Amino acid sequence: MNSFFERRYVVAGIFIAFILVLLGRLFYIQVVDDRYVAYASQNVVRKMIQYPARGPILDRNGKVMVQNEPVYDIMVIPKQVTAFDTVEFCKLLSIDRAGYDKRMIKARKYSPYRASVFEKQLTAELYAAFQERLSEFPGFFPQQRPVRTYPDSAAAQFLGYIGEVTDPMIKKSGGYYSPGDYVGITGVERSYEPVLRGQRGVENWMVDSRNVRKGSYANGAFDTSAVAGERLVSSLDMNIQKFGEALMRNKVGSIVAIEPSTGEILCFVSSPTYDPNLLVGKERGNNAAKLYKDPYKPFFTRPVQALYPPGSSFKPLDALIAMQEGMINPQSVYVCPGYYTSGNRRIKCFHGEVHGPVNLTQAIAHSCNGYFDMVFEKLVNKYGARNIDTGYGAWRQNVMKFGLGTRLDLDLPSEGRGLLPKATFYDKLYKKGGWRSSTVISLGIGQGEMLATPLQLANIEAVIANRGYFYKPHLIKSIGDKQVIKHEYTVRNYVGVDSAYFKPAIDGMQQVVDQGTAYGSKIPGIIMCGKTGTAEVKNKNDNSVFVAFAPRDNPKIAIAVVVENSGQGATWAAPIASFIVEKYLTGKISKRSSGIYPEYYMNANLLPPPVLSAADKRQLKLDSLKKTQADSVNKLKLKAASNNKPTDSPRVNKATAMLPKRKDNE
Amino acid sequence: MNNYQQRGFFANVDWVTILLYLALCVIGWFNIHAAVYDENNPSLIDSSTQYGKQFIFIITGLVIGTVILLLESRFLSSLAPAMYVVTVLLLMVVLVAGHKVGGNQAWIDMGGGFRLQPSEFAKFATCLLLARYLSGTNVKVTDPVSFLIAGGIIFLPMLLIKLQPDDGSTLVFCSLIFVLYREGLSPYFLIVGGLLVTLFITSLIFNSWYVVIAIAIVATLIVLSIKRNRPLVFKIIIGAIISMAFVFAVKPLYNKGLKDHQRKRIDVVLGLTQDKKHVGYNQNQSKIAIGSGGLWGKGYLQGTQTKYAFVPEQSTDFIFCTIGEEWGFAGSVVVMGLYLFLLLRIILIAERQRAPFSRIYGYGVASIIFCHVLINIAMAIGLMPVIGIPLPFISYGGSSLWSFTILLFILLKLDSNRMGIIYA
Repeated sequence: MNSFFERRYVVAGIFIAFILVLLGRLFYIQVVDDRYVAYASQNVVRKMIQYPARGPILDRNGKVMVQNEPVYDIMVIPKQVTAFDTVEFCKLLSIDRAGYDKRMIKARKYSPYRASVFEKQLTAELYAAFQERLSEFPGFFPQQRPVRTYPDSAAAQFLGYIGEVTDPMIKKSGGYYSPGDYVGITGVERSYEPVLRGQRGVENWMVDSRNVRKGSYANGAFDTSAVAGERLVSSLDMNIQKFGEALMRNKVGSIVAIEPSTGEILCFVSSPTYDPNLLVGKERGNNAAKLYKDPYKPFFTRPVQALYPPGSSFKPLDALIAMQEGMINPQSVYVCPGYYTSGNRRIKCFHGEVHGPVNLTQAIAHSCNGYFDMVFEKLVNKYGARNIDTGYGAWRQNVMKFGLGTRLDLDLPSEGRGLLPKATFYDKLYKKGGWRSSTVISLGIGQGEMLATPLQLANIEAVIANRGYFYKPHLIKSIGDKQVIKHEYTVRNYVGVDSAYFKPAIDGMQQVVDQGTAYGSKIPGIIMCGKTGTAEVKNKNDNSVFVAFAPRDNPKIAIAVVVENSGQGATWAAPIASFIVEKYLTGKISKRSSGIYPEYYMNANLLPPPVLSAADKRQLKLDSLKKTQADSVNKLKLKAASNNKPTDSPRVNKATAMLPKRKDNE
Repeated sequence: MNNYQQRGFFANVDWVTILLYLALCVIGWFNIHAAVYDENNPSLIDSSTQYGKQFIFIITGLVIGTVILLLESRFLSSLAPAMYVVTVLLLMVVLVAGHKVGGNQAWIDMGGGFRLQPSEFAKFATCLLLARYLSGTNVKVTDPVSFLIAGGIIFLPMLLIKLQPDDGSTLVFCSLIFVLYREGLSPYFLIVGGLLVTLFITSLIFNSWYVVIAIAIVATLIVLSIKRNRPLVFKIIIGAIISMAFVFAVKPLYNKGLKDHQRKRIDVVLGLTQDKKHVGYNQNQSKIAIGSGGLWGKGYLQGTQTKYAFVPEQSTDFIFCTIGEEWGFAGSVVVMGLYLFLLLRIILIAERQRAPFSRIYGYGVASIIFCHVLINIAMAIGLMPVIGIPLPFISYGGSSLWSFTILLFILLKLDSNRMGIIYA
């Protein structure tokens, strides 16, 4: 012991103090601060998402419309790559050396220890060749990935396509999607995305500091397995779908056919169309760009997005509503002098034809404009000519019950609602009280401001076929193995017209096909009731419209066909519709008394001159400015393009395009 | 008087210390096993693995300890100068012909896969010589000449180790200041030392001018409160001025005096850089491993961070990660408690010695163990920059374990003989 004995306490105190500081810090990071627990699991646990197979889509007969097909991505783990014959490797994958280096740099940047995609979506041939020599290329391995494949290359706009998610979609999904995921972008792929995509699984892997898998986390207690997407059975009939697409080849327009007793859509043709397989695989980007540039807009889903004046196909509605409202009865007669006078306007019948005295059935059969203008005027002036707002409003409400001017809630994105203006629209246009029935008289014959989608037109036929009600049209019949049908598709929507009033209108429609405007399209052995329409389009050829249902009793199919800028309804739309109806009902095409046959229509080219967008025009101008020498050539080309109308241009007034015309009245 | 000796060699041995020693060794061995655990090869004793080797080291350590207990105390004291010289020579040899591990030329190859680290043995050799010198008659630490000689004894091996360069072991020699303090060194050395470290750190974190202003304020407050004591006021003013000068010198010193990797390690601890990928990686992973242990830990062999090699050097310098992760805060408290208990026990042993030689040596042992524990754990939990230094008795490695064993057992031998008279 010496004089500094007390200092033992100082030294001990210092030891204790420092040990307490360490313990304090340990307490903080081990007990108080729980960030480190999270960091530790970030270190060790890798959530590996298990992608489910996307659900296939079948047609109504069980035929596959779209399913998955494996393609192979070549993956690489840069750290495992050792020296090998790069020249041979590049040759096998048909890439060049620079491309190889670029890919390797990208992969190494992502991670030297983790696999990343070296080359996407090898074709079967390339993969077979590569597979044989795989052992020569350490560090590379193939990974299977399913892609969509379309055995029939049909119904592109109906099916839609899938693509990588965009950033807004990722945000909207609330974390469900991550970059690189594929989702339905359009069509059924989009509207049924939640059902088709299935349920993702998660495998929690334990990895070491080099990201090498060491086992599963907590013995897989938190793992979930992927559940494959549901199988969808669509309402389409692939036979008539393909047939319809063939008939519409080189034409702009659409075909919509509905089974009236269910609302199931049997045929959904949008023309021009494209091969959905073009949007799969390596060339997807190039193909999509080409399709986007196509002036005929193949991505435009015409059956629900294109708007057409219904024309004469609207006429039966006038009659039905007027009967229900008690404004006319089937015997009411209008003596047609070849026109109708409303106020100081005179609306002529087609080609100035004089129909004489016509009742309802005859008026429909002969498509007498005068009769229906008379009916329409009666309807909108029901509450007096000065109270047209009220009368028009009531008429509009009645028409909307048929599905016009309103969305039918089809199970497809971006459905158009058509156009059926409110009374206030005319108040604005002409000032309140500044318009009369004569002002809007064209609406009575499906012209004027009225616009409808082909789907709406077909739905009206379904209503008439059902004598007063419709089921919501839909494209997917049932979902999954349990064949779930959405409840809303099993409810009848009544249009407010008693079934008794339908007979005279249907009589007229039968006559249209039996001896009227569409007699050329009569199907042997099947009573089809239809109505042609020739809707005027400003500065262009008329749209050929035909709506129908068949058979007359217990109808199986209601159909609307529109062929843009091709002429009269009877010329193009009616024969096409008749072939679809016959093919659907009998499965074959019989010899017609009129002598028409489908191949003629398939081969006809009715494409109107391409409408160049402002951007295209600018580009053309720019090009021509750049290449002054080639200027004249360009002009010639432009001219040639505008002259590139169908060589086959039988736009004459004929009951069908193939036959000489019998009657001029439409 | 010599009744004790007649009852056998181990009769007077401090069994509490031996139990603490064994506990730490066993904890070390289990945690080394966990740190290098391989699920495919789960045997406990396998001489090809680190835990297998450590088992051999522990057994050998016990043999060494027993041999030391059988030695004559007088022998230890008289041999001190020779041992010191041999170690210093070895430290010189290692600089010329040493084996490099991790950038430090600190090892001598002994063949058979075993390597010797002379710097480990320099610790007890220096302690012994220091004890021998300071216990000499007419030697007083307060006397400048004695102080310089004592300082020289510490400084020589320190310099040689610094040249390796082994920063950790170099720092350990600094801890011998506690020995000098206990023997009468002015407390100003401790105070000034602590002050300099504080100033160094604050000057790095804050703008120099703020620190200078802070010093001025603190100095003024102290001066105002003790204005009667003129000489003290004078001292404080001088001290404040020197401190201010030091503050301005810190940054240049820091930038020029330290090597790049050292500077970066310090920056990481002080939060001056956010580098979790490179320089800060080890420490960050170490913190994650320890921090994720929670209160009770993940259980033996269940530590994912250590098992899957996220923490480097996890059986040696970062062995505490395994303890922290698998045994949680509870385990940390046990281990820290054992160390504190051991340190206090050593002080108690030192203070009960009659012979100054034994006491001084005891304080040397305590200082060295304390310094190792402090630096190692502070580094593992991010309170100090990364300095490679083993955790006494726990870290994997024969040299480290044996040198600590020798260090401790010499004290136990001296203690068992405390009633005898030591002839220096």
